[in-house]
Amino acid sequence: MKVILDSAQIKQILKDLTRHIISDTPRELDIAAIGIRSRGEVLAQRLSKRLSKKLGKDVPCGTLDITLYRDDLNSPQGTSQPQVRTTEIGFDIDDKIIILVDDVLYTGRSARAAMDALIDLGRPRAIKLAVLVDRVGRELPIQADYAGYKTDAAPGKLVQVSLVESDGKDEVVIE
Amino acid sequence: MALIRKDKQFRWHRKHLLGLRELSAEEITYILSTAKGFEQISTRSVKKAPPLRGKVVVNLFFEDSTRTRNSFALAASRLSADVIEFTQKTSSVSKGETLLDTARNLEAMGIDIVVIRHSAGGAPKFLSRNINACVINAGDGFCEHPTQGLLDVYTIRKIKGTLEGLKIAIVGDIAHSRVARSDMWAMTKLGAKVIFVGPPTLIPTQANLLPVKVSYSLDEVIDKVDVINMLRIQFERLGGNPFPSTREYSHYFGLTVERMKRAKPDILVMHPGPINRGLEMESEVADGSNSVILEQVKNGLAVRMAVLFLVNQAAAQKD
Repeated sequence: MKVILDSAQIKQILKDLTRHIISDTPRELDIAAIGIRSRGEVLAQRLSKRLSKKLGKDVPCGTLDITLYRDDLNSPQGTSQPQVRTTEIGFDIDDKIIILVDDVLYTGRSARAAMDALIDLGRPRAIKLAVLVDRVGRELPIQADYAGYKTDAAPGKLVQVSLVESDGKDEVVIE
Repeated sequence: MALIRKDKQFRWHRKHLLGLRELSAEEITYILSTAKGFEQISTRSVKKAPPLRGKVVVNLFFEDSTRTRNSFALAASRLSADVIEFTQKTSSVSKGETLLDTARNLEAMGIDIVVIRHSAGGAPKFLSRNINACVINAGDGFCEHPTQGLLDVYTIRKIKGTLEGLKIAIVGDIAHSRVARSDMWAMTKLGAKVIFVGPPTLIPTQANLLPVKVSYSLDEVIDKVDVINMLRIQFERLGGNPFPSTREYSHYFGLTVERMKRAKPDILVMHPGPINRGLEMESEVADGSNSVILEQVKNGLAVRMAVLFLVNQAAAQKD
C-alpha cells in the first residue's frame, strides 16, 4: 500500500481545480457541480463551496446515480450488483456549464454513463469533467478537463480514495 | 450528514416475484429502496432510462385490469423494454390453448419477462417452473398481488417514515382479496399490526392461522388505526349473498364522512382501486385530504420499475 495523496495535497488539488475552472469559464455563464455517487458527490460539494466563494455567487451542487446507465448491467461477468440510488439535482441543468465530478477517472465507462444520464435530464451548455485522480487505462475516448493527480498504476492495482465526509480521512492510496 | 451509505452485502437473487409471503423483510426493504431511485424518472424531461434495452416484457393478463396492466406496461417502457400485450379475449386461449402452450410460444419469440395475471392461484408459480423467462405475479386467484402489496407499504413508508408499530385496518371483502393477503405479508413483515375488518361472510374461515386480528365492526377499530385500506367489493367474485344489500354493507362497513370524524386526524385512507364510490367509500372521503389513493397509483409505477429491474438483474447474473 502506498499513499499517493495526503490531506494537504488533496486540499491543494481542489484549490487548483477551482482556479482552473474559474479561469476557463466566462463570468456571465452559470456553473453547477454534479458529483457521481458516491465519492464524486463529496468532491462536488467541496468544489461547489470553493467556486461559490471565489465567484461570489451560488454554484449549485447535485448528485448523480449512474446505475441505470452502466454498460455492464446485463453482463453475466458483472460480479457486483449495483444498488439503484437516487439522483438528486434540485436545479435546472439547461444552459449551465456542468462540472461533472468523480474521484478517479480510469476506464472512462462511468463518465460515459454519467454523460448519458445528464443528457436525459436536460441540455447543458457544456459538460466538463473534473477528477481527483487521473489513472491510465482508458477504454473509451474520454479525457478529463480538470485532473488533479496523474498515475499509471498497473491494471491489477486498486486506487482507493478516502474522504473525511464518507471515510473519516482524506487520503488516496494504491493497493 | 451521512453522505455515503455503506454498501450493504445484500444481494437480490430472485428472478421471479411470485408473492410476498416468501420474501424476507430485508428483501422487501431492498425493493422499496430500489424503487426510490426510480421515482425521479417519471418527473424529468426524458422519462426513460436504458437498463432494460433490448429486453421483451409480455403482459399476460387472463383477467381484466386497467391500473396494473398499464402500470406494468409504462414501467417496462420507461426502462426501455419492448412490451407485448396479451389479452385472453383476442388470443388463441379462446381457441383452447393451454397456459403453458401460450407461454412457451411467447417464449419461442424470445421474451425475457412475463407479467401474469390469472384467476387460478399458483399459475405464476407453475409458469416459473416451466419456462426460462422471469415471471412476475400481477395477481393470482385469491392468493397474492405482490406489486400492490409493495406499493401500499411504499406509500405508507414514504408518508409515515416506517411501518414499525403502526396499526392498519384492511376492510371489506378479505376472503376474495389477493390484495389483502399481499398487504398482510408485507405490512406484518415490516412490523405493522394488521386487522382484517368485514362481515363474517367475507372474512376467510382460517383467518386465525394468519398473523392478523379480526374484527366484525368498523366502528370498533376506526378510531384506533393509523392506516385504513378499503378493499373493493368484487361483485364478479361474490357467489351467494354475502351481505343482505349494498346499502346495509355501506352502512356498516363503508368509510363515510361521519365515520372519518372519529378517525385519527392523520389517518391514511387507501384503496387499491377501482372504487365503487358510495359503497365502500363516500366520494368526499376518496377525494379528501387523508386519501392517498392517487399517490398509490403513482408509487406503483416506481415499484414496478424496481421489480422489473431486479428480476432482470438476477436473471442476467445467473446465466
